[in-house]
Amino acid sequence: MSLSYHLSANECEDTNMRSLIFILIVFLPPIASAEQRVHEYLLDNGMKLLVKQDHRAPIVVTQIWYKVGASYEYNGITGISHVLEHMMFKGTGKLGPGEFSKVIKEHGGRENAFTGRDYTAYFQILEKSRLPIALELEADRMRNLTLPEDEFIKEIEVVKEERRMRTEDNPRSLTYEQFNATAYNNNPYKNPIIGWMNDLDHLTIADLRHWYDQWYAPNNATLVIAGDVDPEEVYNLTKKHFAAIPKRTIAALKPRDEAPQLGPRRVVVRAPAKVPYVLMGYKAPVLKTAAEKWEPYALEMLASVLSASRSSRFSKILVRDKQIAIDASAGYNMHSMYDEMFMVDATPAPGKTVEEVEQALREQLNRLKTEKVSDAELERIKAQVIANDVYEKDSVFYQAMALGILETVGLGWPKVDEYLENIKAVTPEQVQQVAQKYLVDDHLVVAILEPQKDAKTPRRKPSVSVPTRH
Amino acid sequence: MDKKTITLVAFVAVIIVVMLYALSGDDEIGSGSGEAHVDGLQIQSWTGKRGNRVYYVHAPELPMVDIRVVFNAGSARDGDKPGLAAMTNLLLDHGAGEWNTDQIVERFDEVGAQFSTAAYRDMAVLKLRSLTEKDWLTSALQTMQVILQKPRFEDSELQRERQRVLVALKNQQESPSDIAEKAFYRGLYGQHPYAIPTLGTTKSISDLSLADIVAFYNRYYVAKNAIVVIVGAVDKSQAKAIADQLMSDLPEGEPASDLPEVDAVEKAVTIREQHPSTQTTILVGQPGKNRSDPDYFTLYVGNHILGGSGFGSRVVTEIREKRGLAYSSYTYFSPMQRKGPFVMGLQTKNEQAQQALEVLMSTLKTFIEDGPTEEELISAKKNITGGFALRLDSNNDITEYVAMIGFYDLPLDYLKTFNQHIEEVTVDQIKDAFKRRVDPDSMVTVLVGDFSSED
Repeated sequence: MSLSYHLSANECEDTNMRSLIFILIVFLPPIASAEQRVHEYLLDNGMKLLVKQDHRAPIVVTQIWYKVGASYEYNGITGISHVLEHMMFKGTGKLGPGEFSKVIKEHGGRENAFTGRDYTAYFQILEKSRLPIALELEADRMRNLTLPEDEFIKEIEVVKEERRMRTEDNPRSLTYEQFNATAYNNNPYKNPIIGWMNDLDHLTIADLRHWYDQWYAPNNATLVIAGDVDPEEVYNLTKKHFAAIPKRTIAALKPRDEAPQLGPRRVVVRAPAKVPYVLMGYKAPVLKTAAEKWEPYALEMLASVLSASRSSRFSKILVRDKQIAIDASAGYNMHSMYDEMFMVDATPAPGKTVEEVEQALREQLNRLKTEKVSDAELERIKAQVIANDVYEKDSVFYQAMALGILETVGLGWPKVDEYLENIKAVTPEQVQQVAQKYLVDDHLVVAILEPQKDAKTPRRKPSVSVPTRH
Repeated sequence: MDKKTITLVAFVAVIIVVMLYALSGDDEIGSGSGEAHVDGLQIQSWTGKRGNRVYYVHAPELPMVDIRVVFNAGSARDGDKPGLAAMTNLLLDHGAGEWNTDQIVERFDEVGAQFSTAAYRDMAVLKLRSLTEKDWLTSALQTMQVILQKPRFEDSELQRERQRVLVALKNQQESPSDIAEKAFYRGLYGQHPYAIPTLGTTKSISDLSLADIVAFYNRYYVAKNAIVVIVGAVDKSQAKAIADQLMSDLPEGEPASDLPEVDAVEKAVTIREQHPSTQTTILVGQPGKNRSDPDYFTLYVGNHILGGSGFGSRVVTEIREKRGLAYSSYTYFSPMQRKGPFVMGLQTKNEQAQQALEVLMSTLKTFIEDGPTEEELISAKKNITGGFALRLDSNNDITEYVAMIGFYDLPLDYLKTFNQHIEEVTVDQIKDAFKRRVDPDSMVTVLVGDFSSED
C-alpha cells in the first residue's frame, strides 16, 4: 500500500507492473525501536500519548488515531467514517470551513488524514517548534466540530467523485470490492472503506453527527508524536491542550466474527477492462485472533517466500521461468482487528488464460504444503527483514504510523519490538504447517476480472444528489 | 524523479486520504529557512576518474547508504523507437556478467539490499539502498557495478520483457488518467521528443531489437553522461571509492546532446477520447518551464497560489470546496531539461464535465488577469519557506533532491538560497510572468470520458 502525498504526476510514468494486491496489502514489518524507546503516557481522560524521538531533522509528526473505521460500520451507513474524516476539515466553533488546513499551511506544514478498515487517523508534519499549533487544532476538532449541513451537501459529492475515481472507473478496484463482498458474509470487512454508492447517496448530516458523538472522544484516541522532540515537553503540551476534554462512554462494538466458510466461493466481474486478472484469497487468522501466536508470522513468511521480492517464487517461477503471468504477488496483513484473507493475485501473460494462471498459482501454494521451504529462501527473507528494520527508520512518519496502527487495532504498540525476533524465529516446518492448515479449498475465494469489449458505462439508477434535509 | 515522490510503504489495508497532495502537484521543494539542518546539509561534488560528476552528502545517523546513478538517457532519447530508453533501462539487471537474472536478484536479496531501475522522459536511473555493513555493502556494490558495466542484453530476456510491457501498455488503456496523459503529451509536444510515451507503443515495442538496445546502451550509458549520488553513512573517501568503482569500466563517452527547444502551442486544441467511464478526466495545459527558467521561482510561487498547494489554492477552492465538483483538482509546472508541461487537471462525473472545465478556465483567466492578492502571496511564502525542514527529513528525500540538483546542473547552494528566491517574488512579478508565459487561448485540452449520451 502506498500512501503518497506528493506523487509526481507525470514525469514518473515507469515500467512498474506490480499488480493491485501490492497497493492493497503489503508484506512489511513495522519498525522495531531498539535504540530509542517509545514513551507512553496516559491522560486522566483516557487519551493515550506515544512519543518517539528522532533527532535527525528539526521536524515533528503528529498523528491522532481514532478507534473507528469501515469495520465499525453496518449496512446502510457504509462509508460514514470516511465521510466524517472529510468533514473534520469543515470547521469548529473557532474555525471556519477549510481554516484548519489554512493555519497548518501558514506554518509551513503539511496535513492530511486517512481512513482504514480499523481506524481513522489525522496527521500534521511541521517544523518542530510548531507542535503546539497542531495539538491545539486537533484538540479543538475532537469535540467542537460544527458539521454544517451546507458544507456536507457539497462534500458528499466530493466523496462520490472520489469513489468514481478510485473504484467505479478502475476495473481492478471493482474486482477487489466484489472479492471482499463475496469473501465475507456477516463481517464488516465485506464493505468498501469508501462505502457503497447507494449508502453515500442516502447519508445525512444527522447520521454524521451521531457517528461523531459516538466515537470522537479522548478515551477512544491515541496521539502519536514522532520527531525532534522531548517526551516530557510533549506530555506537558498534550495535557495543556487535551486534558480538559472529558472522557465519554464508548459503546462496545459487537464482535461480528465471520461465520465459517463452508466451501469455495467464486465471483466473476465483467467490466470495461483490457487485461484479465485473478485474485484469490484464503481466510486466515491475524495477530489479534490467532490461537497460536507464531502463526501470523509464519503466514507472513509464507507470503514472503512467494513474493517478497524479485527473487521470490512467483517472480522466479511464474513470471520468468514458466512465463505464465506477467506479474503475481501474495500478501497478508497481520495487523487487522478481524480474520483477514491471505491473498494471491496475478495477471496472465499474453496467450494464457485466467484458468491456467489460477492453476499455476495453486500449484505453487500446494508445493508449500508438500515441501519445506529451503533454508536459503528463508535466510534471504530474513536478511531483507533485518535490513528493512534499518531502512524504515529513515521515515519518521512511518515510525509513528506503525505505533498508531498497533495501538488502534488493540494489539498494543510494544508489538512493534517483537516483530523482528518473531519473524527470525519462523522455521521451515511452521511455514509448511500454516500452508497446510489455511490454504484449503473450503476457505478459498476467487474473483476473476473478465474484460468486456466495447462495454458501455453500466446503467445505474440516477443518484440522489441532494440528501434529505432535516 | 523530477519531482519529489514520497512513498510510505505501510502495512495497512486500503487508505483513503482526504485529498491527495499527490494530485495537488506541488512540484517543487521549499528550502533553506536557516535551520541547523539546512546549514548542515553539505552537498559535496567532484568529478570522478571517468569524467562523471559525483554528489555526496554525509548522513551518518543510520547505518545505510543510498546510491543513485542517473544517466541523461530517458525516453526523450528514443528517436523513432518509442520505449527504447525504458526497455534498455529495464533489461540492465536481467542478466549481467556471469550472473543470470535469478542470480542477480538473489545477490541483492541475500544482503538485504534494495535495487531498482527506472526511466522517465529526461532520466534513466539505477537506485541502490544498502546497509553499510562491510560485507553486505561490498557485495551489493559489486552486483550494481556489473549491472552497470556488463549487462548481457539477452534475446530471451528481451522477448519476455517485451510481452510484459505489451500487457502493461494494454493495461494503461483501461486507465482514464493514463489515456489522458498520453493524449496530453501528444497534443502539447507534437514532433518534440517529449511527446513520446516513455513505455513506448504496441507497435514500437513489438519492433524493438537487441541491436537497438545495445546501441542505445553504448551511446548513453557512459560516464560523461552520468551522475553518481551518494547519501549515507560513508565518509568522503569511501564515497569517492564507490563512485569510481561504479564507473570504472564504463567508457568515458560523451554527454547526450542538447534536446531541441519546445515550440509554443499555436492555437487551442481539444482532444476528446471516448472511454466507458463514469467520470471525465480533464487535463488542460501547454509547455511550461524548464529547470533553469528565468521565471522559475515566480511561476513556482504563482502556481502554488493558483492550484499547486491543495486546500485554499484557487483551483481547489473553486472546483472542490465551493462546488463539490471533484475530489482532486490541481495545477502544476513540471520543470524538465526543456519546457515541461504546465498542467491543470481534475476528474468529475461525465454530466458536469463542461461545467467543471468552464470553472477551471475562468479561474485561470481571473488569475492571469488580476494576479494573486498580497495576502495570498504572504501566505504562500509562509507555507513554502516555513516548510523547508519537512522536505529534507529523510535520506530518501535528500537523495532525490541531490539527484535533481546534480542532473539539472543546478547550483550546489540551490537549497540554501531557495527561500531567499521565494521571498523576493512580488505580486506584480507573478502577474507579469503568468501574462507572458500562460496563454489561456492556446491551451491543449484533453477530455477522456463517456460522451455517448451527448448529442
